[in-house]
Amino acid sequence: MAEPAPILQLEGLRKRFGGLAVTDDVSLTVAARGIHAVIGPNGAGKTTLIHQISGTLAPDAGRIRFAGRDITTLPLHRRARLGLARSFQITAVLPGFSALENVALAVQSGAGSSFRFCRPAAAEARLNTAALAALAEVGLEHRAAVAAGALSHGEKRQLELAIALALQPRLLLLDEPLAGAGPEETERLIGILRRLKSAYAILLVEHDMQAVFALADRISVLSLGRVIATGTPEAIRADPEVRAAYLGEEE
Amino acid sequence: MERLRAAALPLLILGLLAAAPFIGFGAGHELTLLARAMILGMAALGLWLLVGGAGLVSLGHAALLGVGAYAVVVMDAAGITEAAIVAPSAIGAAALFALLTGAVAIRTTGVHFIMITLAFGQMGFFTAASLAVYGGDDGYTLYGRTTLGGARWLEDRLAFHYLCLGLLAATLLACRALLASRFGRVLRATRENPLRAAAVGFNPYPYRLVAYTIAGGIAGLAGALLANATEFVAPSFLAWQRSGDLLFMVILGGLGSPQGALLGALAMVLVEEWLSHLTEHWRLVFGPLLILAVLFLRGGLEGLPAQLRRRRDG
Repeated sequence: MAEPAPILQLEGLRKRFGGLAVTDDVSLTVAARGIHAVIGPNGAGKTTLIHQISGTLAPDAGRIRFAGRDITTLPLHRRARLGLARSFQITAVLPGFSALENVALAVQSGAGSSFRFCRPAAAEARLNTAALAALAEVGLEHRAAVAAGALSHGEKRQLELAIALALQPRLLLLDEPLAGAGPEETERLIGILRRLKSAYAILLVEHDMQAVFALADRISVLSLGRVIATGTPEAIRADPEVRAAYLGEEE
Repeated sequence: MERLRAAALPLLILGLLAAAPFIGFGAGHELTLLARAMILGMAALGLWLLVGGAGLVSLGHAALLGVGAYAVVVMDAAGITEAAIVAPSAIGAAALFALLTGAVAIRTTGVHFIMITLAFGQMGFFTAASLAVYGGDDGYTLYGRTTLGGARWLEDRLAFHYLCLGLLAATLLACRALLASRFGRVLRATRENPLRAAAVGFNPYPYRLVAYTIAGGIAGLAGALLANATEFVAPSFLAWQRSGDLLFMVILGGLGSPQGALLGALAMVLVEEWLSHLTEHWRLVFGPLLILAVLFLRGGLEGLPAQLRRRRDG
């Protein structure tokens, strides 16, 4: 059986801040299904990489191909429309919107023109139904009417996931979805991610090593802006260079 | 209950304005004052769409009002007074001015947006002052009020009062509908977090620009009414002080909902009038009063009932 085409390809991506190469010739291929984790010690350039993939930062050189299309120069909102959904490291839900409206906004972006001025959007059953479904996917449907600002930290992280799912993404770009979550919340979020990985392609940047090794199908290790290894969790665990660069410092 | 509460305040205000001529405010100068308050209320509603709705603080809104007023002047000088032509022209001219200046201004946000709108406003002011054909600095006295189907019924104070009231109510309803629509939802999202809006596929720019243009159209209509109310138009209509007044009305009234703008405009015009009758040095009282209002009315006048409820409930 032939491998399905990869959803995301990074080719020779470079980004420098002053004299520092934060992304140094990064090439990466993300498969159309499953979780591909990117790990690395602090300052390895993970967040900078996420910014370049999502479109909030332009690379100095290299190309980004998404679903067979060159998206290197497209801005964030255009990439979102193509199905590249990202969650934020620092939770960025809309605090004044209800949880449902947060998700409905994302649904709206894929459901025809938003230059409609008369009909109340909150009464559009089509948007609400899809939004509720996305909330249900992350187990948050019972909190639909609550203002997002009033949700617990863990619930906000779930809401971030629901918003991303509502875009009907072809790739989920998750920037430390477990950051700041308590043990119980982490458990719940890992359960959700495990369920999602059979249906979506996910690029996961995460600090929680236990979670990464439990969830990921493939792992790439970033160190000083370079990809030093890519492989299955077992292969990464056994890789001596990785142990030296990263895992070693914790043991 | 919540819906009822949201509707109660604007209904009360509009009801009072409707009854005003019959409960002791029917004299000429009182109707003139109320007309002024309602017209500025309309302009403030448009500005509210930007400040409260889109999070864009503009300090050039009076210029849009002035463009509407000068549209009436240009028509008047050309001998055109028919409302069916004058009103759309005033709305269109102000909306076009908003579209063109907004296309540049909206590339910026925050303080830069304030400065650019201020600069465009002052450009409008000096342009108006240099229009010698239309009176330049001295302003222009209209030959007469705008006519409707050839009839001169806008000369009638009561008719004009209810025209202003009707348009004010319509503007309020339109603003509320706009805010609740798909467009309004995107606009509110870009105010709360532009990055989030972009991450779900919405480029803030076109939504903000359309909102700015709509606010311009509303200001244009208000400007045409203001020209009719005073039967005189001067460059001071466009001055940045008036932009400041409008912005203050919006903030005083409260950014939480559009009726705040309505409330703020009425309160400001009426308190200003009342104080100026009490003492010659009314500005000495008015200034501190405004400062206190901003300090202690967090949700503005519009948020006052909720603030009192919270205090009562501890």
